[in-house]
Amino acid sequence: MAMINPRQKELIAKIVYYGPGLGGKTTNLKYIFDHTSPSSRGELVTLNTQGDRTLFFDVLPLNLGTIKGYRIRFQLYTVPGQVFYSESRKIILRGVDGIVFVADSQRERMDANIESIEDLQDNLRQYNYSFATMPYVLQLNKRDLPTATPVEEMKRLLVLKGEPVIEAIAIRGVGVMETLKEIAKLVLINLKKEFR
Amino acid sequence: MSFLVLYAEEYEEIKRILTALKQETNSRVALIVEKNGQPIAFAGEMDGVDTTSLGSLVAGNVAATEGLARMLGEDSFPLMFNEGAKENLHITLIGDKFILAVLFDKRTSLGLVRLRARNAALKLERVFSRLEEKMRQEREKLGTGENPLEDLSEEDIEKLFK
Repeated sequence: MAMINPRQKELIAKIVYYGPGLGGKTTNLKYIFDHTSPSSRGELVTLNTQGDRTLFFDVLPLNLGTIKGYRIRFQLYTVPGQVFYSESRKIILRGVDGIVFVADSQRERMDANIESIEDLQDNLRQYNYSFATMPYVLQLNKRDLPTATPVEEMKRLLVLKGEPVIEAIAIRGVGVMETLKEIAKLVLINLKKEFR
Repeated sequence: MSFLVLYAEEYEEIKRILTALKQETNSRVALIVEKNGQPIAFAGEMDGVDTTSLGSLVAGNVAATEGLARMLGEDSFPLMFNEGAKENLHITLIGDKFILAVLFDKRTSLGLVRLRARNAALKLERVFSRLEEKMRQEREKLGTGENPLEDLSEEDIEKLFK
């Protein structure tokens, strides 16, 4: 649920990076954190387990700039990808304004991708959020790995509603900002519609 | 409804309630967060603390506690308290959508914070229901009148990423 504060001239929206475990969701946020000026972002808070896996969520507040005098601020969240953290994922989706699905391109992770997309839809349904109208971007991550599944095949398996698809190597920053830009665009356009 | 408009009148009132709560309890910070993690307003000394991060952690904490409550057969635990060596955090739910967090140290007492926070939460609940009603009415009148995205163009979005 985005928030508009006319007094403070501020618009805040929530973006969630979703996807299977070890797919690169946190890596996306870390790259954005490292490559934006400290004045336009807050702290990157990560709640990890010892093995560097996201336990609950990561969150990065980001100031994108201004539109018509309003500061546009996004809160970027990741969910824990591991299957058993289902309840945490559901909690984090609460009030979401846009979703980036970070898919792992490795062939052996294709089942995990599909399972995670189904889990996402299931969780959205439980909140009565419509997946059909939800701003949504599909990122195909780890394109540099030798076992990466061909893009066309991944699209056939994972594209659900003609969403934008971005190829990425998050660890080197390839595709990370493009993904952010794409989801920001969809969220703002959707909010514009919602206002009417 | 997928967005919240904090109209100036209600926003000022929320700030007034928070400031009064902070002063009456002699606490460091009084903060309102939406349950999905958006910080709404605060009063007090926030230097050195990132309000957005604080907001999302408070909301995460509340969400986890609510999960715990359901598991134990409770609807919720509407009151939470974290005690530290120097700082303490008192959390109260405002209705079913918002959270009131008070950060305080030894300059005050838990009893006073608890009492005042409960009263403030009741006042805030009334302000938020008024806010929702206002949004509904404005919506019926077509347009919120506060729409920064009204003439949003591709160009505006491109500019954000230059």
